[in-house]
Amino acid sequence: MSPRYVIGKLGGSLATLLFVVVFNFFLFRIVATDPVANLFRGRNLTESQRDELVHEFGLDGSLLHQFWAYVQQTASLNLGRSYSTNETVVSEILDAAPATIWLVGVSTILSAVIGVALGIAAGWRRRSKTDYAATTFTMTTYSMPDFWLGMLLLSLFAVTLGWFPVGGLQDPTSTATGPALWADQAYHMFLPALTLTLAYLGEYTLVMRSSLLDTMREDFLVLARAKGLRDVVVRNRHAVPNALLPVVTLAAINFGFVLSGAIAVEAIFSWPGLGLATYDAINGPDLPMLQGLFLVFSASVIVFNLLADLLYAWLDPRVREA
Amino acid sequence: MSAVAAPSAKRIAWLRRRRAAAAAWSDFRHDRAGMIGLVILILFVAMALAAPLIVPESELRAINALDNPVWASPSEFSPMGTDSLGRSVWAQFVWGARISLLVGLAATVMAMLIGTVVGVAAGFYGGRVGGVLMRITEWFLVIPFLPLAIALAAVLGPSLTNIIFVIGITSWPSTARLVRAQVLTLKERLYVDRSRALGASDAHLMGRHIMPNISGLILANTTLTVPIAILSETTLSFLGLGDPTSTSWGKMLEDSFQQGALTEQAWWYYVPPGLGVLFVVLAFTLVGHALEGILDPRLRNAPTE
Repeated sequence: MSPRYVIGKLGGSLATLLFVVVFNFFLFRIVATDPVANLFRGRNLTESQRDELVHEFGLDGSLLHQFWAYVQQTASLNLGRSYSTNETVVSEILDAAPATIWLVGVSTILSAVIGVALGIAAGWRRRSKTDYAATTFTMTTYSMPDFWLGMLLLSLFAVTLGWFPVGGLQDPTSTATGPALWADQAYHMFLPALTLTLAYLGEYTLVMRSSLLDTMREDFLVLARAKGLRDVVVRNRHAVPNALLPVVTLAAINFGFVLSGAIAVEAIFSWPGLGLATYDAINGPDLPMLQGLFLVFSASVIVFNLLADLLYAWLDPRVREA
Repeated sequence: MSAVAAPSAKRIAWLRRRRAAAAAWSDFRHDRAGMIGLVILILFVAMALAAPLIVPESELRAINALDNPVWASPSEFSPMGTDSLGRSVWAQFVWGARISLLVGLAATVMAMLIGTVVGVAAGFYGGRVGGVLMRITEWFLVIPFLPLAIALAAVLGPSLTNIIFVIGITSWPSTARLVRAQVLTLKERLYVDRSRALGASDAHLMGRHIMPNISGLILANTTLTVPIAILSETTLSFLGLGDPTSTSWGKMLEDSFQQGALTEQAWWYYVPPGLGVLFVVLAFTLVGHALEGILDPRLRNAPTE
């Protein structure tokens, strides 16, 4: 990987990030012509209360003045205060992030591993029963809203059968610590993680399947077979490692979406992560919180896109040389 | 001069197009998955269009449902039971199809217009204009769709036009990229050079040579964008960013969740709208893949898959 390639990608990502910051400012300042009125939709405010709020949210002064203040604050990681809790947006986000990273991280890894296995089984025996079953399953889960799948699983396994809790991070009455607490949290995470795993699974299956089908047309596989290698060896040693490349990139990119990945699903299961925070901020409405969340979500995607690009170049010599 | 007038150039072009359309249709008819999708689509579109004939709109309003039992199961209140306000779920399902399809189609039209204009301009002009346009496109591709849509919808306020706008403005970049790639190869063709040498303007080249050649691609892409738009509408409405006064399938899911249908075990409220979304999205995807195989020049001559 030439330094030029790395610097180019790095510069591009920085430019995108800067664009997000600027966009974020204009979106919430100009489009929302009057955030205070928006915030207090339908409620009565006296003139002095209004002025006070306008000042408090930094909405007085010229646009340029506001913009400069905003850039300075963003650079020093001051994203303002949440309207609803009056905590700083940064601390709210930091509090909620671990729950989301756990939930979506586990689901992403599970769905990638299972998806790759399914994709291999489907692609290697194309037009077999396994292939049809895998593609049908994939198409179906792709076509349903992920949170609806969550509602179905919740109503069946939590409400009707009572096997799992209906929501939350842990049993609020329990005083358990250590491994007992982790076990309780894992028990609470089971249904939301199952929902997200099923929802993400299809993409990995499809990508792995079509990548394997592409690889199977390559000459080196003909050679491997001509050498008399067994089918399993041809598949596991020659086809799969080469076909994995797009899946690696997909997984890297999807990790960027980890933070924003489960907004509606977290709302269904009252999972106290960034998704639920977004849901609450929408229904507030809590604009500073939304603005901060949007910034964090975008930044994580940009960073992981960059990592995916670099990873891809490192793994694939054809990209590295180009 | 011969007795039979030679067909005009326009008529030849028209005949050729009709023949191409007939050939595409005959290919499509042999695609079983595509035909199944088409039949499902026709059923749902017919239901959406005929909504006023199936069940009166007044049944959507809680004020007209005061005499109905609340949380009535389908066996107590046919055909789909009632919600916590006694409103008929069937009425909401039928009318919800209208809004969900309308939002999905309108947002897709908007996305296709932006995507095609940006893609054609970026591909045709290249250079600095194309570079800037592609930068913007890439930026929209990188920004996570849902947070952007949420931020926009929250700022603009909930209404039907706003949700269409939000989905439309966030769904065009992949179309732009697809169109640009196709335009890049088209504009190097000899007949474009020849036309240019004969003094054709850019507008003429784009209108007569580029656009007709990408229309199939755009049609296939449209069919694949509608399902994404419908899923987006469902999610945004569920999160409370839809129009509070119009019933869509996403709004039904929001209402069922807010009214506690899950703990009431009122499955008849949240299963039908989800199934509606599932079938319509699946149908559009099946039709889209079939069309893509027939109309996308890159897939048409490629070995299967």
